[in-house]
Amino acid sequence: MPEGFKQARWKEPLLNEISRPGRVGMLPPSDPEIAKEFPEPGSLVPARMRRASVELPELSELQVLRHFNRLSQMNFSVELGMYPLGSCTMKYNPKVSEMIASSDAMKQAHPLQPPETVQGLLSILYELERMLSEITGMSRFALCTAAGAQGEFAGVLMIRKYLMEHGGSERDEILVPDSAHGTNPASAAMAGFRVVKVPSDSSGQVRARAVQELVSEKTAGMMFTVPNTLGLFESEVLDVSKAVHAAGGLMYYDGANMNALLGKARPGDMGFDVVHLNLHKTFATPHGGGGPGAGPVGANDKLSPYLPVPLIADNGGKYSLDYDQERSIGQLKGFVGNSAVLLRAYAYIRLLGASGLADVSSLAVLAANYLWRRLDPNAFPVSHGEGLRRKHEAVVSVKGELPGGAMKVAKALLDRGVHSPTVYFPLIVSEALMIEPTESEPMELLDEYADAMNKIYMSLKDGTLGDPPVETSVGRVDEVKASRPLTLKVHW
Amino acid sequence: MSGESSHHPLLPNLDAAIVAEMLSALGAKSVDELFSDIPQEVRLKRKLKVPDAATEYSVRRDIQERLSANRTPPGSLCFLGGGVWPHYVPAAVESIMSRQEFYTSYTPYQAEISQGMLQALFEYQSLMCDLLGMQACNSSLYDWASAAGEAVRMAARVTGRKRALIAGNVGPQRQRVIKTYAEPAGIELATVGFDTKSGKVDESDLRARMSDDVACLYFENPNYFGIIEDDADEVASTVHASGGLAIAGVDPISLSLIKGPGAYGADIAVGEGQPLGIPMNYGGPHLGVFAVKDMALARSMPGRLIGMTTTIHEPNDRAFAMVLQAREQHIRREAATSNVCTNQSLMAVGAASYLSLLGKEGMRRLGETVVSNSHYAAGRLSRVRGVRYPLFTGAFFKEFTVSYDEANAQAVFERLARSGVLGGYPLDGRFGLGDRCASFCVTEVHTRADIERLAAALQEAVDGA
Repeated sequence: MPEGFKQARWKEPLLNEISRPGRVGMLPPSDPEIAKEFPEPGSLVPARMRRASVELPELSELQVLRHFNRLSQMNFSVELGMYPLGSCTMKYNPKVSEMIASSDAMKQAHPLQPPETVQGLLSILYELERMLSEITGMSRFALCTAAGAQGEFAGVLMIRKYLMEHGGSERDEILVPDSAHGTNPASAAMAGFRVVKVPSDSSGQVRARAVQELVSEKTAGMMFTVPNTLGLFESEVLDVSKAVHAAGGLMYYDGANMNALLGKARPGDMGFDVVHLNLHKTFATPHGGGGPGAGPVGANDKLSPYLPVPLIADNGGKYSLDYDQERSIGQLKGFVGNSAVLLRAYAYIRLLGASGLADVSSLAVLAANYLWRRLDPNAFPVSHGEGLRRKHEAVVSVKGELPGGAMKVAKALLDRGVHSPTVYFPLIVSEALMIEPTESEPMELLDEYADAMNKIYMSLKDGTLGDPPVETSVGRVDEVKASRPLTLKVHW
Repeated sequence: MSGESSHHPLLPNLDAAIVAEMLSALGAKSVDELFSDIPQEVRLKRKLKVPDAATEYSVRRDIQERLSANRTPPGSLCFLGGGVWPHYVPAAVESIMSRQEFYTSYTPYQAEISQGMLQALFEYQSLMCDLLGMQACNSSLYDWASAAGEAVRMAARVTGRKRALIAGNVGPQRQRVIKTYAEPAGIELATVGFDTKSGKVDESDLRARMSDDVACLYFENPNYFGIIEDDADEVASTVHASGGLAIAGVDPISLSLIKGPGAYGADIAVGEGQPLGIPMNYGGPHLGVFAVKDMALARSMPGRLIGMTTTIHEPNDRAFAMVLQAREQHIRREAATSNVCTNQSLMAVGAASYLSLLGKEGMRRLGETVVSNSHYAAGRLSRVRGVRYPLFTGAFFKEFTVSYDEANAQAVFERLARSGVLGGYPLDGRFGLGDRCASFCVTEVHTRADIERLAAALQEAVDGA
C-alpha cells in the first residue's frame, strides 16, 4: 500500500454538457443501391408512430472515449488494489478468460441457432454442468439462471413445486437464519413463502435445537448459507438438515460462500437438496461493477426434475438444449443463460484443476484467518464465536462508541488506495466490518491492510482521523441529499 | 494444502515457506487444522473428480479449438432475431467495456471511490429515459424476459389486482418467463389474441378481456412478428380505462424511428438492451431494461437506482450515489420490491457508450439503414419460389415473417443452417399458424450480397425440404 494514494479527479461533466450539434461518434453502414430503393425510409414507419428525432448527445468518437476512460479512472477495481468486500469474493479474474470469451465464436453465437451449429460451446457447457455437480455433490445443474438471487428464486420455486406434487401444498414457511443475505428472505417471499427467522446463537451459528423448535407441518424448507456470513462453518448443519427433513421440509444451500469449501466438503453430503453457486464469486468471473454474474442451480435426484430449463443434454456426444422437462418450474431468463460468463468459469476450473481448487479454499481460508489475527483484538473484537476458526471471511466490530465507527474506518481505508470491507452487515453485528481477502492477495498485502486498519482505529480513537475520504475522486458523498430531491436522470 | 503443486499464477501464497509463516502467525499447525470445525462426516476425503490443472496456454488452445466448431459470423450469416439481434458493436464500445476498472469492480457500495461506475450508470439511466420517453430507468435487470416478469409482478403489487393480460404476439421466451415469475405471486395470466391478418394486438379481444380486476397488459412493440403496433395509443387507453397498467416491451434500436413507449402512454417500459453494443453471446450476458413513467412508480420498481447529489463538504462537488435503497433486498429483506442484487451493470455502461457514440444523427441513420435493409430483404425473399410474403399486413421494422407453400419451416431452418445461413426461425406452435411459418431479422450488418446469399440458400432449402 504505497503512501500518497490519490484517485484520479477529473470533475468529468455529463455527456449532455459536452454535446454540440453536428458531431457524431459512429456512423452505421448504408448501401447506396438499397438507399435508392427507399429514398424516405422513415415513411416505412406508420405516420402516427413515427418519431421526429431522438435527443441524444452529439460527440466525436474521441470525446466519448475520453469521457468513459476518465470515468473508469475514477472507479476502484480488483486490478488496482485489494478489494476485500465481504461476501462478494472479489478475487482476481484471469485475463485468459476474457480473451477466450471475446472470440467471434462466442460473441456472435445466436441463442436460437440450431444446436448442431454450436456443438463446441455446448460441449463445454455440458462439461461445466458435470463439474459443478461433482464440486457440490448434486446430480444435475441448470446453468440458465443469471445471478445468485435468480438461482435462489429458482431453488425455492423447485421446493414449492415438489411439495405441491407431493401433498405438501399447505407448507408455506421457509426458515432463514438471521445472519443470511437479504436475497434469501426476498427470494422466499417472491416465491410466495412466509419467512420464519431462525436466530443464531451467541457463537454465531444456527443450532439444530432452534430449528427443531421452529419446524412444523407448515415448513416447506430452509435456506442455509454454509459457511455463514460471519465466516463460520455451521457445525450442526447435518442435524439442522435432519430436523428440516424430519419435519417434511427441504434444504436449500446458498452457495455465496462456496469459496471456503472447494474440495473440502460438499453441500450434497451435508443433506442439501438444492444449491446455487455464484460463478462471479467462487469461479472468478468478473463482477462488472455490479454484474453480470451467473447463478447456476443444482439439485439432487429428488429435486432435479424441477430444475429450470433449458438444461444441456448429452445425446451420445451430441449436445442440445432441453426445454422438455415435464416437471420443471419453467424458464426464468430468456434463452440459454449467461453463456459468456459460464465459459469464463469453465476456463477457471480448468486452470486450477482438482487439487488447485482445493488449494484455492485452503489459501482463501488461511488468508481470512491470518488477516483477522493480524488485527488488534482491542480495536476490532468479534461479537460471535471468539475461539472459532474463520472460513473464507471474518466479521469484526469497531470497539467502543466511537463516532462514525465502521463507516469511518471504511472511508479511511479508501484513502490508502484499497477498498473497504463490507460495512454494517450482517445485521446481527453492530458496527460490522466483513472482510474477505480471498486467495488472490499476497501475504504482504494482508499485513499492510491489517496494519492500516489498526492505525486507522488509533486515529479514530484519539480523534485525529479527520473526515475521510479526501484522496478519492470526490470527498464524502451526501447520500441523504441524493434521495431528497431525487434526481435519477438529466434531460438532453 | 493438496501438496500436489507449488507455483500457480493465481495463488501467490502457494509456497510452503509462506504458508508456514502465515500458520505460525495465527497459531495453527496445519492448514487442515483450519478446517477442523467441519464435521468429519461431511468432509470430502477424496480428490474432486475434475481434470487436473492445465496451463493458460493449454486451456486457451483447447477452448479455442472447441469453439472453432461453432458456426457463427463472419463465416456464417445470421438472420436470427426474436429478442437477441445481430448488430454491429463499435470498436470504441468494446474498448470501453474492456476497461478493467469497470469490469473488475463490484456494486458501488463505497460511493467516493466508485464515482466512475456511478456516473456511467446515471448516464445510462438518463439516455434510456430519453429514448423510452420515461421518467425513471433503473440501472439494469438481467434481461428482457426477466424484466417483463418483474414488470407484471410490479403491476399486480401497485394495483392490488391479481390478473394480468399478455398479448398473444409476444415472444415465446418472454411468455414462458412471465409465467414463471407471475405464478408464485398468485397472478392469473390470460392471453389477448392477435389479429391474424395484420399481426397486431386484437383490440376487440383486449376490450372484451379488460375489466377492473386486471392489473396490466403486457405487449411488445414491435411485436414478435416484427410488426409495429401503431394503435399502441388505443391499446394503452383501453387498459387505462379499467385502471390497469400498460407495459410495453421494446427493442431500443427501433426507437430511432418509432415513438417511445412514454409517447403512447405506457406506464412501465421494459426491453432488451443487447442491441446497444452488447454481443449476442449465445444468450447472455444481455441487458434488461426497466423504466417507469413517473416518480411515484419509481418508488415501487425493482432494481438499483443511481441518483445525482453532491459531496457533504464545501465546495459541494457534484457526485453520484445509489438511491431509494430501502426498496432493495439488502435493506428490506422479505418486503423488498425484488430479490435482485447482482445485475448487468457492465452491459449498461456498454449501452451508455453505444448511445453516446451514435448519438442523435447516428441513431437516426442506423434506424434508416435497418428499416431499408429489412424491407429490401423482404422484397427479395418474396421472389423466392415457394415463399409467401407477407404473412401479415402490418408495417414492420427489422423482423418479418414469411410462410412456405409446402416446405416445413423446421426443415428449411436446418437446411439453411447447413449452408451457413442462420435464419428463418420457425414460428412456435403456440401462435397457431401451422408449421410452415418462419421469421427473419435483417439489420445494418447485412449487405446486399448477404441478402442475395440468403435468397439463394432459401431457394435451395425450400426446394429441397
